[in-house]
Amino acid sequence: MIQIVLPFHLRNLAQLDGDLFLPVEPPTVAALLDALEFRYPVLRGAIRDQITRERRPYVRFFAAGRDLSQDPVERPLPAAVIAGKEAFYVVGAIAGGK
Amino acid sequence: MSGVRLLVGTRKGAFILTADGKRKHWDVSGPHFGGWEIYHLKGSPVAPNRIYVSQSSGWFGQQIQRSDDGGQTWQAMGNLFAYEGATGTHQSHDGKPHPWEFKRVWHLEPSLTDPDAVYAGVEDAALFRSTDGAQTWHELAGLRTHQSGEHWQPGAGGMGLHTILLDPVQRDRIYIAISAAGAFRSDDGGRTWRPINRGLHSEFLPDPAAEIGHCVHHVAFHPSRPDVLFMQKHWDVMRSDNAGDQWREISGDLPTDFGFVIDVHAHEPETIYVVPIKSDSEHFPPDGRLRVFRSRTGGGHWEPLSDGLPQANCYVNVLRDAMAVDSLDPCGIYFGTTGGQVYASANAGDAWSALVHDLPPVLSVEVQTLP
Repeated sequence: MIQIVLPFHLRNLAQLDGDLFLPVEPPTVAALLDALEFRYPVLRGAIRDQITRERRPYVRFFAAGRDLSQDPVERPLPAAVIAGKEAFYVVGAIAGGK
Repeated sequence: MSGVRLLVGTRKGAFILTADGKRKHWDVSGPHFGGWEIYHLKGSPVAPNRIYVSQSSGWFGQQIQRSDDGGQTWQAMGNLFAYEGATGTHQSHDGKPHPWEFKRVWHLEPSLTDPDAVYAGVEDAALFRSTDGAQTWHELAGLRTHQSGEHWQPGAGGMGLHTILLDPVQRDRIYIAISAAGAFRSDDGGRTWRPINRGLHSEFLPDPAAEIGHCVHHVAFHPSRPDVLFMQKHWDVMRSDNAGDQWREISGDLPTDFGFVIDVHAHEPETIYVVPIKSDSEHFPPDGRLRVFRSRTGGGHWEPLSDGLPQANCYVNVLRDAMAVDSLDPCGIYFGTTGGQVYASANAGDAWSALVHDLPPVLSVEVQTLP
């Protein structure tokens, strides 16, 4: 099981209360997002574009002390995430304010 | 007793204000969807407790929410707005071709007859329709693929389709407006479209009288006379008496004819309201005095309405979708400001009071008159 940590607004959208663990197979970012959107359809389009599947510009993926945002989504997740020792973070990027 | 429900969209959430028919005491509910930009929310005319909401975020994109109990609870609906077929290009700010790219929903217009049908005006400019209560959306692609589409260009706020008027008499007639392409009309339910901008004059265009390219800010009509249109353009307040085939200027004695909102009295089709803004360079009221101007003559002659509005040091703006009227008698007029105030008049504009003072910047105001 992979632990996924969502930002405030996405937790609200998904009406998520408590920690989130999902089975992800294979253990890649792409499969993780597939599993997340399957479990919470309301998140479709909120993290990546529904048509192009591209990550939204102000969304970042952090895990095991690394920024995975620019990595190929088919690359395996860090071993510590797969082993359940670390969480996978979906983060709203710092982007000024208005 | 009848009542009024105000639906207020802001930069940081939606607010719902309710009052009975006296319109003296208001309850405020919200923020709904706190932290999200709520460009617009609007109730179905045939099922008033059904409310559609456009919820968006620069981080997390577009959501559509729906309530079936007057805003007490919400349900996330479909948010896939896929342009139909090849998207083609429009003009970008630098004049280069730019592929159509969905950004957000600016305006939701529920059907006049079917609570499950609703239209969405989006940026980059296109018109979508849902017939299943906003679960799925389908583009009325004849608008975006109009032969002029490749020449459309964004206004400063983006290339949004911000105005949708459904004709209650000729049911297949729809008016829309786009910044900065202009106004368009369909007479076949949205299948085909024609620009309706003859008579508009825009100095920022190489040809000021061009068929398209005008920065229309808002269009309104009275439901009993849907062929008579009133327009607040970037500059100029305009009127058409033939469904947009020809426009004439009615700015008359306004202190400035720049502005965003325009609306029509619920019971007097020749009584219209605007909020003059100083200029396209200074988006605030002239002299720091917030005044609504009312014309009882369908334009041309205007009277300032300032009782209860701030008359010094006021530098807010009133955005294009942020004015609405109720259908009580006397007619209630409402508008919201970028300073977070929502002002109301229960006597057709003669006197005003602030219902709330400190909301986030107001993007839209709609009114439901409830039985």
